[in-house]
Amino acid sequence: MNLTLRIWRQRDRTKKGKMVTYHVTDVSPDMSFLEMLDVLNEKLILDGDDPVAFDHDCREGICGSCGLMINGIAHGPEQTTVCQLHMRSFSDGDVLDIEPWRAGGFPVVKDLAVDRSAFDRIISAGGFISAPTGTAPEAHSTPVPKKNSDAAFDAATCIGCGACVAACPNGSAMLFTAAKVSHLGLMPQGQPERDSRVLKMVAQQDAEDFGGCSNIGECSAVCPKGISMETISRLNHDLLGALRAGGVPTS
Amino acid sequence: MPLELFTVGEPIADTTAPRDVPLPDRWNERKFRARLVNPANRRRLSVIVVGTGLAGGSAAATLAEMGYRVKNFWFQDSPRRAHSVAAQGGINAAKNYRNDGDSVHRLFYDTVKGGDFRSREDNSYRLAEVSAAIIDQAVAQGVPFAREYGGLLDNRSFGGAQVSRTFYARGQTGQQLLYGAYQALERQIGLGNVEQHPRTEMLDLIVVDGKARGIVVRHLITGEITSHFADAVVLASGGYSNVFYLSTNAKGSNVTAAWRAHKRGALFANPCYTQIHPTCIPVSGDYQSKLTLMSESLRNDGRVWVPKERGDTRNPKDIPEDERDYYLERKYPAFGNLVPRDIASRQAKAVCDEGRGVGPNGLGVYLDFSDAIARVGQAAIEAKYGNLFDMYNRITGENAYETGMRIYPAVHYTMGGLWVDYDLSSNIPGLFVIGEANFSDQGANRLGASALMQGLADGYFVLPSTISNYLADGPFPAVDATHPAAVEAEQSVRAQTERLLSINGTRTVASFHRELGKLMWDLCGMERSEPGLRKALDRIPEIRQEFWSNVKVSGEQGIFNQNLEHAGRVADFIELAELMCVDALHRNESCGGHFRAESQTPEGEALRDDENYAYVAAWEYTPEGEPPVLHREALEYEYVHLAQRSYK
Amino acid sequence: MTTQPAQRRAPKTGRFDNSVVKKTVMAVSGIIMILYLLAHMVGNLKAFSGPESFNSYSGWIRTIGEPALPAQTALWIIRLVLLAAVVLHFWAAISLWRQARRARPVPYVTKKRVQQSFASRTVRWGGLILALFIIWHILDLTLGAVNPVGHDSTPYDRLVASFSNIPITLFYVVSMVLLGLHLRHGIFAATQTLGQTNKRRERAVNGLAYLVAGVITVGFLLVPLSVAFGLID
Ligand SMILES: Cc1cc2nc3c(=O)[nH]c(=O)nc-3n(C[C@H](O)[C@H](O)[C@H](O)COP(=O)(O)OP(=O)(O)OC[C@H]3O[C@@H](n4cnc5c(N)ncnc54)[C@H](O)[C@@H]3O)c2cc1C
Ligand code: HEM
Ligand code: HEM
Ligand code: SF4
Ligand code: F3S
Ligand code: FES
Repeated sequence: MNLTLRIWRQRDRTKKGKMVTYHVTDVSPDMSFLEMLDVLNEKLILDGDDPVAFDHDCREGICGSCGLMINGIAHGPEQTTVCQLHMRSFSDGDVLDIEPWRAGGFPVVKDLAVDRSAFDRIISAGGFISAPTGTAPEAHSTPVPKKNSDAAFDAATCIGCGACVAACPNGSAMLFTAAKVSHLGLMPQGQPERDSRVLKMVAQQDAEDFGGCSNIGECSAVCPKGISMETISRLNHDLLGALRAGGVPTS
Repeated sequence: MPLELFTVGEPIADTTAPRDVPLPDRWNERKFRARLVNPANRRRLSVIVVGTGLAGGSAAATLAEMGYRVKNFWFQDSPRRAHSVAAQGGINAAKNYRNDGDSVHRLFYDTVKGGDFRSREDNSYRLAEVSAAIIDQAVAQGVPFAREYGGLLDNRSFGGAQVSRTFYARGQTGQQLLYGAYQALERQIGLGNVEQHPRTEMLDLIVVDGKARGIVVRHLITGEITSHFADAVVLASGGYSNVFYLSTNAKGSNVTAAWRAHKRGALFANPCYTQIHPTCIPVSGDYQSKLTLMSESLRNDGRVWVPKERGDTRNPKDIPEDERDYYLERKYPAFGNLVPRDIASRQAKAVCDEGRGVGPNGLGVYLDFSDAIARVGQAAIEAKYGNLFDMYNRITGENAYETGMRIYPAVHYTMGGLWVDYDLSSNIPGLFVIGEANFSDQGANRLGASALMQGLADGYFVLPSTISNYLADGPFPAVDATHPAAVEAEQSVRAQTERLLSINGTRTVASFHRELGKLMWDLCGMERSEPGLRKALDRIPEIRQEFWSNVKVSGEQGIFNQNLEHAGRVADFIELAELMCVDALHRNESCGGHFRAESQTPEGEALRDDENYAYVAAWEYTPEGEPPVLHREALEYEYVHLAQRSYK
Repeated sequence: MTTQPAQRRAPKTGRFDNSVVKKTVMAVSGIIMILYLLAHMVGNLKAFSGPESFNSYSGWIRTIGEPALPAQTALWIIRLVLLAAVVLHFWAAISLWRQARRARPVPYVTKKRVQQSFASRTVRWGGLILALFIIWHILDLTLGAVNPVGHDSTPYDRLVASFSNIPITLFYVVSMVLLGLHLRHGIFAATQTLGQTNKRRERAVNGLAYLVAGVITVGFLLVPLSVAFGLID
């Protein structure tokens, strides 16, 4: 198939960007979306042009590096990561608009690559259980009900790709934050820090120029790992609980 | 052995394992004998850690907790994206929760046997010993391992083991373990104990007065080339399967950090030992950029078969039971579909070579779930492997619940790596190497679910104990970027970058990488032979020559330039490929992940030559044009008897 | 040093800077307003039982608790609570809106919706129009300031006068539809914000949102439309 791509090109954070049109021909339906971009890039390199920068690594939907807005939808038309999106989802002659994630908390690095270090800072504000090496009790000393452990796992599968932020009309990172709050809050190990964790993480997400959540649900609908809106409800619940318990939302 | 390929140097040996006490006591004894650093002094000692995978992430977090000043470098944007995140199947630990006869000794034994008697007993034993503590640590961090209804941890059995000792978190065990380490690391970053350097690639090692004292890095966004110094350097930069271009590794996985250290004097051990994973999705076109692994846990419930007739292109569902050849079950009745990876892979290749392979290009075998679905129901299979079936469907567009999967072997893990002693120190004092980047624990082949174990054992438990013995001598005299060694290293990095950008030839970096990969897969892949390896050794220098005269790297140095990054990595892969072929050619025996066509039993099994090759081949770098120097470390087996590996 | 990532931004302190706290304020004030609206709607429906019934209801509001309490105490309590709710709701809405604008400084060239409903998309502008509506509405029916028959008439007459006027009725109708949409999203959102939704309850919560939003919209629309079509006069 032949496609027309309109791709956001921006040299670096400080420069202005714009959409540039490219044509790719002989695209196989079995190619992944990133492989299609590889083909374009090889052509650009041979023509002496600057190839399009985009983040990617594992190419199997687990590292969370990749992420593009394709025709206005985060990660494109299927609910998966861009690296797992295959060209069979498109048809000959399609025109595709390809843009980077757009959010105050995700400044553009170059072209389609953005800086998602804000996510790391949200984790570093409280998204952990303090268990220094060597202090762990025997693993079987605390049973965890399977139901909770499964729910914790579901939340823990978030790959930190940022599609939730990209899709949210408010540019909110609430689904990402909520996934971690839920994962740790559902396990007995996570209880001691449960209150302070949610307060600190939400405070950090606000400080990183992400929006607040107004329960729109766009995030969960594009999340490649299907993180559910329930996690946001759980975050809200925990935060109110923490406030009732006398917590102050500072870091 | 034709001597022009390499020369033989002094033998080497590991002198740090306390061999004077019995094997089970050695690790404790080593910890006891190691010198300690008083907590108040740790603040004055700094450690560079390259990598944030299971090995690097856990090491950086643990060293920071202990009070050392840690500087952590990695090339992705976030530590959470290190390639360990992709590990699917599970992690072994000798907990014996199933009461099925497991023990530290059995895990040790399985590891040595699985490694086809080419690993060190001391290291393998310690790995098994530490394994249980890893699970405790991970659970305490909140890693959501699979549990049973009673709330206790679940286990499964995994390729090559007759006991159920594998802990797992659905098909995302590596991800969950990595996030545990990542969260511990982020906690230390938040506390200000770790200086972080994301999107920064190590391009050289700085050796001052014989000690590793720093690294030269390029910041991938600004292009800035800088030097960083510490009292010790820890490499945890992962494996080099991408020398084959197509592998299950992430696109960014590379040998650069290890290779540049090798060029500064670190010995590279057993480079030719590569593990081929039996259950990957077959290749579908030239544009393909990587191969996707289907967790081998699928082999617990799936049955591997090909049609009995060659060239049978019927739909698998239309091939009746008696016209199918369940060749693993037929040839290895005791282990059946669960034989170790190297055997499963080679057998798949064998049936495809016979012309009985399936799928578009005849390079595939079926992994069939119909029996399991009939036995336990589709829902149960979905609960166990749902994400893998989805992934298969997304990539191939096929529904594996109905047709089964098509699978083919792919390069997956590299057992070779920088040589280290029991303390995980390379031969350059102050340079420690952990995780897949070192060679130490897996021998010639790795058991499933033991790389995660090794990465975390090294990072959480082993390195933090052994590095103190070295740091007890510190802090070492301060060095900065004006030191001649640093100036020289930085200079050479700049020179290489400039050279790559100035060639401006006619071929892309990717085209060289593809060519090299294909050559390596064909001639130094699942099966190696002298003529093939010689052919490769003729061709690789030509590829190198052409690369350095005709590659086209776009863009500039001072911006985010992914093409330049790739070029540097491919340059190193080309050099590594040559050493791999030399190693493979010199090792005139078959063992584990190294199968020499010349050395097989009448039934086509790998035939070891313990008489001549029971050693670690540690290679010393020599400047271009001179043959590399082989240093042998003899392997002695006190506790496991050398035996022909049999899975019949 | 340029290789360091952006310095960690210190989170703001203070309870009311927290976006989830702001949302809670919205949810609680919204629920108060909903309760008021339910009562208000029932009161309005008295218009169908004729002017006396309606006017005496209006009078009753002003005399609840008498003679134990001074006249209009209850009314003023209700008014103050409502005023506080509206002001807080408005403040939180504006502040979250501004945060959201900061969060997307560069807009997409192309952006599509996947899940977002019309109701959730219109909360903000819908809310603003509701704010205008409330001001107009009070000027009209409570103060009579903008009412065709002025403030000296009885509530019932003011009502009939307003809705006999087509543009005013249209404004009310549009506002009520927006209110319905606002509530359709708002009721679900408030439950979520207060941490009370989960997968099991999802259907129930959505059902409740549709039900309450529908009842309030239809309930409020009955009176103006009846007047406009001459069913009440
Ligand atoms: C698909 C797949 C599935 C697997 N499944 C299993 C399994 O089920 N069980 C099991 O035990 N093992 C499994 N393995 C193997 C296991 O995942 C790896 O061996 C292990 O995770 C390696 O960890 P590591 O920390 O050594 O390296 P990695 O996780 O690869 O980390 C390397 C780190 O080094 C950094 N780095 C690399 N080069 C540089 C450089 N030049 N400069 C700066 N930083 C650099 C990277 O940024 C990264 O942070 C699997 C492997 C693959 C590919
Ligand atoms: C179209 C439907 C509506 C009708 C017919 C209507 C009718 C009235 C009338 C007649 C009054 C004056 C009562 C009195 O002074 O005794 C009134 C007051 C008021 N209404 Fe409505 N109303 C409607 C919808 C709304 C809505 C949707 C809201 C809120 C969003 C609202 C909020 C108020 C308020 C706050 C007062 C003032 C109460 C007071 O302080 O006395 N009304 N309404
Ligand atoms: C003063 C005019 C109003 C404005 C400007 C306004 C604005 C908003 C906005 C912007 C939101 C949600 C968006 C977010 O959460 O960021 C919202 C939510 C809500 N509104 Fe309003 N609104 C107004 C009036 C009302 C009225 C009259 C009611 C009820 C009768 C109401 C009930 C609710 C409820 C229940 C919510 C859900 C709160 C939550 O998100 O948890 N609002 N409003
Ligand atoms: S919640 Fe989903 S969309 Fe958001 S970062 Fe995690 S995986 Fe990506
Ligand atoms: S789309 Fe945005 S508003 Fe909330 S529910 Fe999701 S973060
Ligand atoms: S490249 Fe790793 S998730 Fe897409």
